[in-house]
Amino acid sequence: MSIFADKSTTLIVQGITGRDGSFHTRQMMEYGTRVVGGVTPGKGGQKFENTVPIFNTMADAVMETGANASVIYVPPMFAADAIMEAADAGIELIVAITEGVPQLDMARVFPFVKEKGARLIGPNCPGLITPGKTKIGIIPGRICAPGKVGVVSRSGTLTYEVVYQLTRAGLGQSTCVGIGGDPINGTNFIDCLRAFEEDPNTIAVAMMGEIGGTDEQEAAEFVRRHMSKPVIGFIAGQTAPPGRRMGHAGAIISGSSGTAAEKIAAFQAAGIGVARRPMDFVPLLQKRLKSRRGQSVRRVGRPAIRKTAKRVAKKAKKATVRTRKVAARKAGKVSRNATKLVRKLVKRLRRKSGRKR
Amino acid sequence: MNIHEYQAKALLRAEGVPIPAGEVATTPQQAEAIARQLGGAVVVKAQVHAGGRGKAGGVKLAKTADEAREVASRILGMTIKGLTVQKVLVTAAADIASEAYVGIIVDRAAKTPVFMVSPAGGIDIEEVAAKTPEKILKLPVDTRYGLTSFQANRLGFFLFDDVRKVRAAAKIMQQLYTAFMKAGCSLAEINPLVVTPSGDVVALDAKMSIDDNELDRHPELEKLRDETAEEPSEVLARNANLTFIKLDGNVGCCVNGAGLAMATMDLVKFYGGEPANFLDIGGSSNPEKVVNALKIITSDPSVRAILFNIFGGITRTDDVANGIVTATRQNPLKVPIVIRLTGTNEEIAVKILKDNGFSAMTDMDEAVQRAVAFATGSNGGPAE
Repeated sequence: MSIFADKSTTLIVQGITGRDGSFHTRQMMEYGTRVVGGVTPGKGGQKFENTVPIFNTMADAVMETGANASVIYVPPMFAADAIMEAADAGIELIVAITEGVPQLDMARVFPFVKEKGARLIGPNCPGLITPGKTKIGIIPGRICAPGKVGVVSRSGTLTYEVVYQLTRAGLGQSTCVGIGGDPINGTNFIDCLRAFEEDPNTIAVAMMGEIGGTDEQEAAEFVRRHMSKPVIGFIAGQTAPPGRRMGHAGAIISGSSGTAAEKIAAFQAAGIGVARRPMDFVPLLQKRLKSRRGQSVRRVGRPAIRKTAKRVAKKAKKATVRTRKVAARKAGKVSRNATKLVRKLVKRLRRKSGRKR
Repeated sequence: MNIHEYQAKALLRAEGVPIPAGEVATTPQQAEAIARQLGGAVVVKAQVHAGGRGKAGGVKLAKTADEAREVASRILGMTIKGLTVQKVLVTAAADIASEAYVGIIVDRAAKTPVFMVSPAGGIDIEEVAAKTPEKILKLPVDTRYGLTSFQANRLGFFLFDDVRKVRAAAKIMQQLYTAFMKAGCSLAEINPLVVTPSGDVVALDAKMSIDDNELDRHPELEKLRDETAEEPSEVLARNANLTFIKLDGNVGCCVNGAGLAMATMDLVKFYGGEPANFLDIGGSSNPEKVVNALKIITSDPSVRAILFNIFGGITRTDDVANGIVTATRQNPLKVPIVIRLTGTNEEIAVKILKDNGFSAMTDMDEAVQRAVAFATGSNGGPAE
């Protein structure tokens, strides 16, 4: 499992014949992404790499291919319109890679996208990747590995740095999402955290924030209230001077608000593990995941499944593999997760009552 | 991009906002001539991109034209928050009965422009927000409909009781909003918006920041950029398409990507060093960019060590390596350099560097520690 995109995602590339668009389309196709079409006005009817049909408009592209996602590589002055065109054509997931989209364009686009019910990721973002399944955007595939850590970040290369370290340490990723460095973006930390919390294949989350705005502070509050999975966080820009835009349009301390110190304090107050350096993610994640395993099985899984699984496990103390499977099926729809849970609970009950196999 | 008060006032005047007459001067003699032309008392105001000009002595009242020349000669050339005053605005003085604050910003949380008004004007609005938040009204504007009349009236009634002043203020709000949208601002402020003893509502000061991303669309606004008011190295970097911010430390940093650049600076600090700059060479790396980056970093005399931190995703690390070799051939380095690169074409990059007498590292943590050690001299000597 994963969030936002998987094998069923079918993709249209907006700006497929451009320099960046064509390069990354090839990369995505190599990775296994189902690129079903592209849009470049005036080049409709042609084919990209002799395989992918090109259309003049998004409306044509969606009608012909039935795609449910799009990725945008068009120049900044046309990006806002491209986003609206995608939303209007009924695309569910729009990933805008383009950097340099004017803020006021985004202010106009945002309510439109919302009304159409689409999810927008970006702009000014590296996109997302569900390792081993699909990638939408520009995250290099070879630094990722399939696994269970969810990654969400406002940055590009900093994300690669951390993901690469996770991969080398054997901590694969469920999905990595770059939400972008602009002040107004379509998807924020909370959207991703919520999705990771609901994703049964994600067991922990690594988040990389930076100075500017209050998105991280609000995310911290969300973690405190709603997350059962461990979260490790990092804030870039501890040495950034106030009032200066640090590369990303959104990375700016305005007045006294949006500092790294303020965000780190919010993380700590919410029980988020704070990575002081990018290389602290691996040990912190390992520690949290380990202590979690030892500490309590009860905290694993969704509350409803947990409850039923516990009840069933009690009955199935003498469980054989078969009864365990039956119990699991009763426990919930997510059978693999529930089977595991029941197995754990049975083990624990056995240990408690001093029984041996 | 910040523009000067006199430039912002020109944009607002074009929309009809009432603003006392005034002109900009670069010499005391010009200031005197303008004051004479305006007649009566004038205010001479330093034109720099810094807040707190008044407190720093950059805003002075002059009753006569002679006094205006004398005041201007003192303000021109003074430094405010590290910036040298090159221009002054000479403007007719207005009598003030009351002061209010009017501003618009693009609000990140609301994802739309938000008006902020307060009857407590003339002072720092952040202070008002912190101490007496009830004195501020915030009103988001849906850009699809613009600022509606009822919204403008509501803002006006929050500032004034007298309906004549409310109408005048509401009109100014509309004009300010139009100017804000036309120029593609991220911030526009009138502080103070004053009421004169005769009951007129006028804007005495104006501040506007234009979203850098809008400048391609507005070449006429790009012309308003005052390069003399910026750090010379930052101007150089912008013209070379690099994002560069000068800082006070001694470890020169060259990184790809803004997030990684910030994280690298933080790590320098973590290990006891001080970053000399923020520098993002961006996504696609041609060797030319690296050459320019090195030129800019080495032009800072306080730099004691140079740190390259490149994570090659789209950026090809061999391009960066070639850039380093070319740049150092043109201008041999006088300070040690630590190069960390990993990712796309890493093997080729390492070979290029080794063949040219550089050592390359792959671990970010170690590289930063080493650069800091060079800069602080704790394990002395250059790398090569």
